[in-house]
Amino acid sequence: MKVAITSTGNNLDSSLDSRFGRCSYFVIYDTISHSTEFIPNPNNENIEGAGSASVQIIASRGAEKVVSGEFGTKVKSLFDSLKIQLVVLKDPEKKISEIIKLLNHKN
Amino acid sequence: MNNPPHFKGFRPIGLSEEHNPVVINFEEYEAIRLSDFELNGHVEAALIMGVSRPTYTRIYESARRKVAQAFVLGKTIVFEGGKVYFDSEWYSCINCGCWFNHPEKELEIKNCTLCGSADIEQYHQGPQSGSADDICICPTCGFEKVHLPTAPCKSEICPKCNCQMIRKGTPHLHGAGNKNCN
Repeated sequence: MKVAITSTGNNLDSSLDSRFGRCSYFVIYDTISHSTEFIPNPNNENIEGAGSASVQIIASRGAEKVVSGEFGTKVKSLFDSLKIQLVVLKDPEKKISEIIKLLNHKN
Repeated sequence: MNNPPHFKGFRPIGLSEEHNPVVINFEEYEAIRLSDFELNGHVEAALIMGVSRPTYTRIYESARRKVAQAFVLGKTIVFEGGKVYFDSEWYSCINCGCWFNHPEKELEIKNCTLCGSADIEQYHQGPQSGSADDICICPTCGFEKVHLPTAPCKSEICPKCNCQMIRKGTPHLHGAGNKNCN
């Protein structure tokens, strides 16, 4: 299963980006092959519609879960209709590598 | 609460990073927006927010004090949380502190989706006052109308027979205080 994580930078030592639509990078982590892919977010300077555009990126990569600091109301309903699970982490200091470690704990 | 702020707060110009910001809840932001931006009266604003008039005034008072404090002392304002109701099921994990929702309603959730810990709890919405179950009823003819949080049922008059109405489901003497209402 693929999991999308919002990141402030393009390596595993970067921390979680607490914004969803205007985060700097998306990390697509594959829980089966343990591969990671960093995608720069083209929408992080958008004044409007950054959230919905970011949903499209994540959906097109086939992620089933999204980890971020918070989600806007529009994004929430979009993800609901796509059956993508939202995970809210209120800890902006968490590193991407730590989140991946947490994900690997899963059963 | 239908208009959350689309930014996260304010910072005073010319001061270094403030470490204890003033936290304004969403309902307090909404109170200022309804009263001072849209210029509603407290009764109307309370109706819009679905709380009683005294509760609204309390929220509004607290909001103004916080704004004044930030203004005078040059503090940062952060918009955060408060009593916000969620529109779908949410769970919180005690182990890793994350929150997650549950788009596949058919499957039962037993473990945290992030760390796999079984130490999770479902977020339960507390009982709300002024919910749709509150109905004013006319004790004489049985006419019903939805109870408004701002007006006690006793102050409502039945439009059919001019009787004083009461809260549905409360024990009452039939037609008490309604001698001349037919």
